[in-house]
Amino acid sequence: MITMEHICKSYKIAKRNAGLKEACKSFFHRDYEEIHALKDVSFTIQDGEMVGYIGPNGAGKSSTIKILSGILTPDAGTCLINGKIPWKNRIQHVREIGVVFGQRSQLWWDVPVIDSFELLKDIYSIPDHTYRSNLDELTERLNLGDLLRSPVRQLSLGQRMRCEVAASLLHSPKILFLDEPTIGLDAVSKLAVRDFIRNQNEIHGTTVILTTHDMQDIEALTKRIILIGKGQILLDGSFSDITKGNPHIDETLAELYRSYDI
Amino acid sequence: MKKYVSFFRLRFLMGLQYRTAALAGIVTQFAWGGMEILVFKAFYEADASAFPMSFSATASYIWMQQAFLAFFAAWMLENEIFDSIVNGNIAYELCRPLNIYHMWFSRSIANRLSRAVLRCFPILIVAAFLPKPYGLCMPKSLPHFLLFVITLLLGLMVTVSFCMLVYSLTFFTISPQGLRMLFTTSVEFFAGAVIPLPFFPETLQKIMELLPFAAMQNVALRIYSGSMSNEAMLKAIFLQLFWLFTLTAFGKKLCNIAEKRITVQGG
Repeated sequence: MITMEHICKSYKIAKRNAGLKEACKSFFHRDYEEIHALKDVSFTIQDGEMVGYIGPNGAGKSSTIKILSGILTPDAGTCLINGKIPWKNRIQHVREIGVVFGQRSQLWWDVPVIDSFELLKDIYSIPDHTYRSNLDELTERLNLGDLLRSPVRQLSLGQRMRCEVAASLLHSPKILFLDEPTIGLDAVSKLAVRDFIRNQNEIHGTTVILTTHDMQDIEALTKRIILIGKGQILLDGSFSDITKGNPHIDETLAELYRSYDI
Repeated sequence: MKKYVSFFRLRFLMGLQYRTAALAGIVTQFAWGGMEILVFKAFYEADASAFPMSFSATASYIWMQQAFLAFFAAWMLENEIFDSIVNGNIAYELCRPLNIYHMWFSRSIANRLSRAVLRCFPILIVAAFLPKPYGLCMPKSLPHFLLFVITLLLGLMVTVSFCMLVYSLTFFTISPQGLRMLFTTSVEFFAGAVIPLPFFPETLQKIMELLPFAAMQNVALRIYSGSMSNEAMLKAIFLQLFWLFTLTAFGKKLCNIAEKRITVQGG
């Protein structure tokens, strides 16, 4: 179970206007602006739930994921995931979670995918038979077959993303955080990844938290949606709470963002 | 422990992949070593008695230095580590049940070892067959050779633990440029990479020998060329251990602080 209570996080950002004069001025005096990425965020997610976490750019989605996965330390608030505080017990906590950052890569660039997988096996101390069966299952369901022996740098984005998702699931995590996992994927890969995530949740009962801008992802995968804007939770409900039966999902969502002024 | 060994192994295997780079490296090292020896030759011809080491000891020092350049070259910092901090890929490394310090340490050692393994043998073999004062001499005795191997490895670890300070500090400065420049030049100068430490004026040398930089290549190379007394060797090894311990402890502390206040750059 994931509980997040009153989490706040702010960043200090140096700002200046364009131009040489401004650049020189900022050499001596720098103006910082405090950005409140998260303001009093609280929610609870039960085991086995699939939750879509949406909001406009810069709303605080990734910051939340990074706090949940133990990477960032919040300024205030508490968070317990299966009884552990992510940023305090980072090493024990991350054993039980899988994370995919859609815009980054966790695979070693110059070596075949399978080498990265073998490394992950040792990093997570995955027993041989578990590793074998997980790898077989992932290879079959994500259609990785030929990809495993190619160097990562020669894979296309969609091929790589399927390998990334597989890499995050080798150690059978109980919770899976997906930060824009379908970014830049073609229709076929998108459907493959979606199907896979849904199956993973149904078969293994994996808790899935998904951030995305693709409302079709949300529609296909999640029952519950949390909407965040300007660092605050604005809505926590089902897909129909957001669309209200309107077939144009993106327009409806844009309208909703406008109505919240985010 | 096993995870760090696997990390080490993958990095090591990756390093062995780059054959052309190794070949280019070997050629550079030959040219550089040869040039340095010729410069010293000119100095020695002016007045050999003015130098603290014999010419053939200096030549051995230079060849060993070239063969194991990858162990001690301060500028061979790992760009991937800097990149991961600068562009935010560190996020993935923090999602692993690993201690960042240990992971980067084993990775750096592996990187340097793999580079050295590919490059050292041709240099050692050719240098050993060069005519007398210009070539690589045999070590003074078997104990000297064993001490050379031990201090070589200790020196490698001291170098890496020093590099770890630079990586950890990059968390705070965001850009590694300035740190790298400062660090690389000071190591080159104070470690005896430009000229061996015995060639410095005596008072300066006494201070320099106490600094962590002297615990890098200086000890092993001088033990090999036989220009250190037994007492001096003992003191130097003690200093190597001291600096290894101090630098690692400090680096770990710094890394811990950095992890707590980390910001992942690039969203």
